[in-house]
Amino acid sequence: MDKTQALLVLALALFSLGLAGVVVRRNLLVMLMSMELMLNGVNLSLVTFANQMGAAEGAVLVFLIFVVAAAEIAIAIPIVLLLARRRHTLDADAYADLKG
Amino acid sequence: MPELAAIALAPLAGFLLNGLLATRLFAHRRGHRFVTLVGCGLPIAAFALTLKAFADLAAGGYAPLSQTLYTWIAIGGVPFEVSFWFDRLTAVMALIVTGVGSLIHVYSVGYMKDDESYARYFAYLNLFLFFMLLLVLGRSLLVLFVGWEGVGLASYLLIGFWFSDPEKAAAGKKAFVVNRIGDAGFLLGMFVLYATLGTLDMDRINAAFLASPGPAVSATLVGILLFVGATGKSAQIPLYVWLPDAMAGPTPVSALIHAATMVTAGVYMVARLSGIYVNAEGASQLVAWIGVLTAFFAATIAVAQHDIKKVLAYSTVSQLGFMFLAAGVGAYGVAVFHLYTHAFFKACLFLGAGSVIHALSGEQDIRKMGGLARRIPVTFATFAVATAAIAGLPPLSGFFSKDEILWFAYASERGGSPWLFAIAALTALMTAFYMFRLLWLVFLGRSRLDHHAAAHVHESPPSMTGVLVVLAILSAAGGFLSIPHVLEPLLPLPGIVAERAGGHVPIVVLSVALGLAGLAGAWWLFGGAGERAARLDGRAQGLRRLLEGKYFVDEFYERLVGRPLVWVSEHVFLRLGDRAVIDGTLHGLAGLAQRTAALMGRVQTGHLHFYAFLALAGLVGALAWSWRHG
Amino acid sequence: MADALILNVVLFLPVAGMAFTALAHERQPNLVRAGTFAAMLVQFALTAWLYLRFDATAPGLQFATHLPWIPEWGVAYLIGLDGYNVLLVLLTAFLGPIVVAGAWTAITKDVRLFHAMVFLIQFAMIGTFLAQDLFLFYLFWELMLVPMFLMIGIWGGERRIYATVKFVLYTAFGSILMLAALIYLVWQLKTTTGVTSFAFADLYGAGLAPQAQAWLFAAFALSFAIKVPIVPLHTWLPDAHVEAPTAGSVILAGVLLKMGTYGFMKLGFPLFPDAARDAVPIVMTLGVISIVYGACLALVQDDIKKVIAYSSISHLGYVMLGLASLDLIGIQGAVMQMVSHGLTAAGLFLMVGMIYERCHSRDLADYGGLAKLLPVYSMFFMVLTLAAVGLPTTSGFTGEFLALLGTFRAAWSAHAAGDSTLLWLAGIAVSGVVLGALYMLRLALRLLFGASRAPHAPLADLSAREVGLLTAVVAAVFWLGLFPDEPMRKTELAARQYQQLVAGPQAVAGTAAIAGGTR
Repeated sequence: MDKTQALLVLALALFSLGLAGVVVRRNLLVMLMSMELMLNGVNLSLVTFANQMGAAEGAVLVFLIFVVAAAEIAIAIPIVLLLARRRHTLDADAYADLKG
Repeated sequence: MPELAAIALAPLAGFLLNGLLATRLFAHRRGHRFVTLVGCGLPIAAFALTLKAFADLAAGGYAPLSQTLYTWIAIGGVPFEVSFWFDRLTAVMALIVTGVGSLIHVYSVGYMKDDESYARYFAYLNLFLFFMLLLVLGRSLLVLFVGWEGVGLASYLLIGFWFSDPEKAAAGKKAFVVNRIGDAGFLLGMFVLYATLGTLDMDRINAAFLASPGPAVSATLVGILLFVGATGKSAQIPLYVWLPDAMAGPTPVSALIHAATMVTAGVYMVARLSGIYVNAEGASQLVAWIGVLTAFFAATIAVAQHDIKKVLAYSTVSQLGFMFLAAGVGAYGVAVFHLYTHAFFKACLFLGAGSVIHALSGEQDIRKMGGLARRIPVTFATFAVATAAIAGLPPLSGFFSKDEILWFAYASERGGSPWLFAIAALTALMTAFYMFRLLWLVFLGRSRLDHHAAAHVHESPPSMTGVLVVLAILSAAGGFLSIPHVLEPLLPLPGIVAERAGGHVPIVVLSVALGLAGLAGAWWLFGGAGERAARLDGRAQGLRRLLEGKYFVDEFYERLVGRPLVWVSEHVFLRLGDRAVIDGTLHGLAGLAQRTAALMGRVQTGHLHFYAFLALAGLVGALAWSWRHG
Repeated sequence: MADALILNVVLFLPVAGMAFTALAHERQPNLVRAGTFAAMLVQFALTAWLYLRFDATAPGLQFATHLPWIPEWGVAYLIGLDGYNVLLVLLTAFLGPIVVAGAWTAITKDVRLFHAMVFLIQFAMIGTFLAQDLFLFYLFWELMLVPMFLMIGIWGGERRIYATVKFVLYTAFGSILMLAALIYLVWQLKTTTGVTSFAFADLYGAGLAPQAQAWLFAAFALSFAIKVPIVPLHTWLPDAHVEAPTAGSVILAGVLLKMGTYGFMKLGFPLFPDAARDAVPIVMTLGVISIVYGACLALVQDDIKKVIAYSSISHLGYVMLGLASLDLIGIQGAVMQMVSHGLTAAGLFLMVGMIYERCHSRDLADYGGLAKLLPVYSMFFMVLTLAAVGLPTTSGFTGEFLALLGTFRAAWSAHAAGDSTLLWLAGIAVSGVVLGALYMLRLALRLLFGASRAPHAPLADLSAREVGLLTAVVAAVFWLGLFPDEPMRKTELAARQYQQLVAGPQAVAGTAAIAGGTR
């Protein structure tokens, strides 16, 4: 198992961990953190591939994802805070009626 | 450059002045004199211009004059021109139209003077004259068609002149629509001509058909298609039904449009395109037979009518049939001759009827008339002269033209036959009979007026009686100008079948005898107290009802065409086609989409974990698929 | 060059107008109306100037602007006047001020938004006509939907939501097909010639395989046929007309329906000539069905607007007939009929709006004898009715006559070659002139004649504003009826180009020989 493969396995592990977290955990904040984990798994794989192919595009894309993730969290955390202030819970199922 | 356009444009100017200015600026009384001046002055000017054009024509040795006003449109380098043509035939027609037209305008001044829409009336009448002159003067079939449709419009407007009465307005609509049926045929005829000849100029069309080899189209086909148009405009079987209803219009309108000029447009068209009909034996036979049958059936209906104008209307249909009979056997000049004499005596009769109606304050039922001769003598005298003329008594104008028609129907080598002659002769007898019946019931015998009407009977003003006298003189003397002779260089008369050549004198004698027999019959039946007529009436109830009901042709058409059309439109097209099939399919599809969406919508539970689980399942599925198809 | 600039001003003036409506204040509705009217008037004046400057003898685009836009895809900003669009642009610009003046008193809700939408639709319609690049054309084509959707949906009648959704779904369905087809078309052009271009001129020569042509033609034709509309794709039209405010109906009947026929003439037929030629009998049959079916339905309607709506279907059938005839006279007649219908239908809808403002009813049963109550109104109504009937001296006659004559001439030569189908179709089409008289005169009879009767009497006759705008319409109707030569000259080269693109040069030479040989 060379370095690339090892890194990819790590990326897959990060992503799977994140996904499992989103599916299994009920706490909204934990779910958000799990999503960050998934993003980081993807980022890692992008950097790995970019390194392997000797191209810069992958690395550039990672920066884009950083920005997007930062923006996403910047919006998501206040939403969660507002929700929590109203219903005093962080359980995702408590908000099932938001489907409209 | 001959000024032909000015002839037509003069009445158009009258229409615009009266229509746009008078109704706006001089409401009601104040503009009366202006309207009269414009409304009558411009038709008279047109008459003067026609006379001048005629003088030019004669000075030029009768070589046709022509004038191109402008190019209506040119497509692919082929122009459709608005151009006018003036030859012997045009001259006769234009003189009749402007001459009789002017007289009727003058008559209208008295007849319509108390009408609140006086200006509108003259505007329409001038509009009619404009289109009629366009029809007569046009060189191209296209210009003729513009006039043809235009007179239909004027007729529509004038029939429905008193539009507050729904029946009168409906009569106008009926006239327009029935005419349009004919026009559809006419259009097809024009299309065939244009598709094969590439021109619509009538002189070129005639030349093409008279040349040998002729054009690559059957003259019979073209002839029949164009004749369909003529059956509409000139009220022949099967499209004559609009003309009797058209009597809803003011009486001078009936005289001008529905007797003297517009309804003869079909006859003019056949004569103008004689180049086609000469070569179209089948079409000519059809024209002759339709003509003679129309003449016969209309005459039978006229016998049983009670409305003074309806009698005259059916008489007009019948006389138009005579004209087509002449045209059908190739005697185009004779057809125009009858058109010319008919314009005088029928205009005189209608205007006389108008004078009677005027005298009786609107009464039109001849059962409520009688004994008017002494009360309105001028009207009576002129009416009697015109009646004698239409009955064909010598030496009045109708005698000459009708005699020629009977002669050619018998002896023409282009389709003359004893059968045509026999029916025509019978019709001539009936014509004399119903006209004298009318004369008797209206003017002679015992008065059947109610007291109120009797107290108000008065002779019409001189502007009306004067016109009647002029027309009566023309009806009496008009026959001495032999139109067929005048037109002969343009419209040669057909040859005579050799073995029938000796029949002319007997036919003259017979036609006089028929006229007198009609007179005698009417006298015998309706003279005195009319008890013989009443007895006959009692014995032939069924026949009378059939004739009074005009053979129920209107009802028949309504059942055959009118109601099915509405039924199919309403039930098949609207309810079944539009609502059930098309919109039904659409609504069905929309409903399907909505139901499917409702079903799919259940997946949206609102539980985030469920969504994440679905995403996971999708991911696994996608991976598995790519693995398998890797 | 200056003229090309003017053409751009004509196109973008409405955008500036929208900015104006955004800046104006809702409490000054008359300022908004007057400003919009003035802008429309300027637009019309500029268009008329360009029309007068338009050279009838020069083929191809005039006053063109060509700027690269998305060069990688071959998309360009390419607009210009040519014989196809010159009359239609003039018509659109002519109806602009009339729409605004006609809606002066009728629209009181959201005046600014309304006028913004009028500007937007004017922009989209003129853009659609002027675009010479398929991408640009499609953008404008889709843009037309938005303001129309809002116009019916906000200012419409009772069932406005149903009507506007139906309208949009119908049209959007067609548009999607067209989008797919145009992407495939451009891709095909690239694979066969190596050129990436959306320009019409390049696409005309794409030289597609017959199979591909058939599919693409079907997609384009469906999209255009919905817009025309051709029976059986027409049921959105009566609903849209009935619910739309007067201004909406005027725009819809006046210009929007011509988008379909214009699309057929500019794109549908010439882009796929082989498929189009095969489809001629089908298109003609559908045209004839539209004429008769529309007329029959107009005959049994009691809603005044529906009568005119169905009559539109019938009248546009003649356009399809003329276009499919591939005969020069027929094509010219089709163009004339488009403009003529734009004028008469717009005028009639305006007049329905005027009576509706006074009486609040569109039911024929409520009316009668208006000729006595409203003489001036009735005179205008009668003139427009007769123009719709196609009476000579009006534009309706010019259009109908030429379209039918051309169709008949084409059918006659097909008949001479042994195929009489078209001849029968042409014969049935002529029956439309009878049915046309029947339903229009029925309308006039029940509305204008008979005993005087109207809800909310006594009524005021037309105001000076109304007389003014109807006079403009009627004058245009007579201009095209009496002197059609000058406008028709400007479209003749385009008609010839269309004929050559679709029928091929040989066929055109053949008909010219027939026409020339008998003179």
